Amino acid sequence: MAYTEEELKKELETKEYEYGFYTDIDSETFPVGLNEEVVRRISQKKKEPEWMTQWRLKAFEAWKNMEEPEWANVQYSKPDYQAISYYSAPKKKDQYKTLDEVDPELLKTFDKLGISLDEQKKLAGVAVDIVMDSVSVATTFKDTLAEKGIIFCSISEAIQEYPDLVKKYIGTVIPIQDNYFAALNSAVFSDGSFCYIPKGVRCPMELSTYFRINQAGTGQFERTLVIADESSYVSYLEGCTAPSRDENQLHAAVVELVALDNAEIKYSTVQNWFPGDKNGKGGVYNFVTKRGICHRNSKISWTQVETGSAVTWKYPSCILKGDNSIGEFYSIALTNNYQQADTGTKMVHLGKNTKSTIISKGISAGKSQNSYRGLVQVHPRATNARNFSQCDSLLMGNQCGAHTFPYIEVKNKTAQIEHEATTSKIGEDQIFYCNQRGIDPEKAIALVVNGFSKEVLNKLPMEFAVEAQKLLEISLEGSVG
Amino acid sequence: MLTIENLNAKVEGKQILNGIDLDVKAGEVHAIMGPNGSGKSTLSSVIAGHQDYEVNQGTMLLEGEDLAELSPEERAHKGIFLSFQYPIEIPGVSVTNFIKTAINASRKAKGLEDMAANEMLKKIREKSSLLEIDSRFLSRSLNEGFSGGEKKRNEIFQMAMLEPKLAILDETDSGLDIDALKIVANGVNKLRSNDNAIIVITHYQRLLEYIIPDFVHVLFDGKIVKSGTKDLAIELEEKGYDWIKEMA
Repeated sequence: MAYTEEELKKELETKEYEYGFYTDIDSETFPVGLNEEVVRRISQKKKEPEWMTQWRLKAFEAWKNMEEPEWANVQYSKPDYQAISYYSAPKKKDQYKTLDEVDPELLKTFDKLGISLDEQKKLAGVAVDIVMDSVSVATTFKDTLAEKGIIFCSISEAIQEYPDLVKKYIGTVIPIQDNYFAALNSAVFSDGSFCYIPKGVRCPMELSTYFRINQAGTGQFERTLVIADESSYVSYLEGCTAPSRDENQLHAAVVELVALDNAEIKYSTVQNWFPGDKNGKGGVYNFVTKRGICHRNSKISWTQVETGSAVTWKYPSCILKGDNSIGEFYSIALTNNYQQADTGTKMVHLGKNTKSTIISKGISAGKSQNSYRGLVQVHPRATNARNFSQCDSLLMGNQCGAHTFPYIEVKNKTAQIEHEATTSKIGEDQIFYCNQRGIDPEKAIALVVNGFSKEVLNKLPMEFAVEAQKLLEISLEGSVG
Repeated sequence: MLTIENLNAKVEGKQILNGIDLDVKAGEVHAIMGPNGSGKSTLSSVIAGHQDYEVNQGTMLLEGEDLAELSPEERAHKGIFLSFQYPIEIPGVSVTNFIKTAINASRKAKGLEDMAANEMLKKIREKSSLLEIDSRFLSRSLNEGFSGGEKKRNEIFQMAMLEPKLAILDETDSGLDIDALKIVANGVNKLRSNDNAIIVITHYQRLLEYIIPDFVHVLFDGKIVKSGTKDLAIELEEKGYDWIKEMA
């Protein structure tokens, strides 16, 4: 992950989707289709307790009676939910104790992804949990974290080892019937990450999860639950990749964050799902529900860089329940070719003196459509609530679109809400100016885009920021002219 | 250094340059003067390779190499630098980051490694003090919110950093007060050497009191109608451009 400048350059020379390879690993995949029996079998596969099985079934019941939402500013042919396999696992069943036990093919895949576990251990100080297709493969640094009482493991493991914690919090931020995709996820999620930071503990390293869809015709439904107990702190990173495929793949994740009194959670995402080819064929449908709840004096900060997916539908949100709590949302969403993104946030002010900040940067190129959709809601009890929103759009060429849909609902007179929005175009004069200084057009565009995105890039942890910049550049290659 | 023969160019279908001949040798400073609309800025854009301008006749050679087929960035790599009349803003990109990117792009084109960070830093310090640039200035977004004087000083700072063979200063004096003008001119003079050449494009003689040219050319209606030494600039200042127009 820590790229040197030289490596960065080398990476830039690749034009194709760089994670577009397929690893031949023996995997066990359920037949396609979804019914009660499949939900039970997933639960059984994971050796889950009965309460969990029942919870899933309840979600499945709710989902059956729900309609796929259509309000987003995106157009796609709806997935056939009976044509997807809901479980796919690399065939070595047991949890790996050491890296030596891991399938060498799988390790090679991680190398290609730029995640060398050995390197990770030595250099980065990042604890990584990797979810490939549906199963969590390896978690590094578990022991180091355990000394501080920090739990960082797959959600399946957490359900077995820490059922009380899971039972207490799962579905409390995003109820199973919250929306169509959250209900689906609740019924069929096959793995994901779990993290618990005990009272007063400051997590000494960045925690990180990599998600990857490998198997054809499978959906990925991972579930992440992060709990920061009173006065604790954690910074959490999430990276996503998928190989290039002609058909569309479905990804419907749920991320729940709980920040108890005086706690702080920083959640950063660099999302690079396969966006489809330049003609709009293939690509991942990314329908994700992410939400955090802030108790008294706590803070949740979402930072995301989105360059992938054919269709994105995602609104990382904060429920500012406790007094003096703070919600932040920093986002860069880049769309190229035929990509469509409808993304933004919801800031729900319930407590007194709650504050939220929204900085959204949308970059549209090719024939893509990029929408910001944000809700700022101030409830009657939320005295002295404050929000600042800034939504900037950058357009490249004449065939793309940028849209902003801000919703503001204020029910308390003391609220202070500010909203700023700008739209600009990368100018030929900017490109020529760079060219004259010896900078070629692609690099020039990357420079302008990076400058435009700087406020958000600065919020990312250092190594992630470099990776994110690189991604922005790669995603815009071939969009010149 | 630069040899231009019978250069004809048009923009948006309109013929602007009508047969320019110019020979600039290493170590020389040439001034190109002329009234508004005579083609001064077009000439600088054409030399730099701006795609909106179409060369329909004539040749431009830089050290014997034909520029016709080269892109603007390739021309920059060969050592052509244009100080813009209206420098462009790039929000969020610092002066330092921009110049670093530019230097390393040229180095890469020459097959060299990126400049080492400490070397870059040393160079930035040296060149910014030459132009009396405050270090805080270097972290600001490129040209964003810069005063006219700051923009022009930044252009010359970039020139100092890139060390071009041929620098074209397009109306560098416009928007400068006398103090800023002196600093900029002083900076340019320190960059003069026997290995490089400078073309100063200006409307007024004022700048030429500080950057003394070896040759002065008067451009009118897309042609060089008169050439001389620095005395020609003084003559123009006294008489205005009307007698040139009559002559043409």
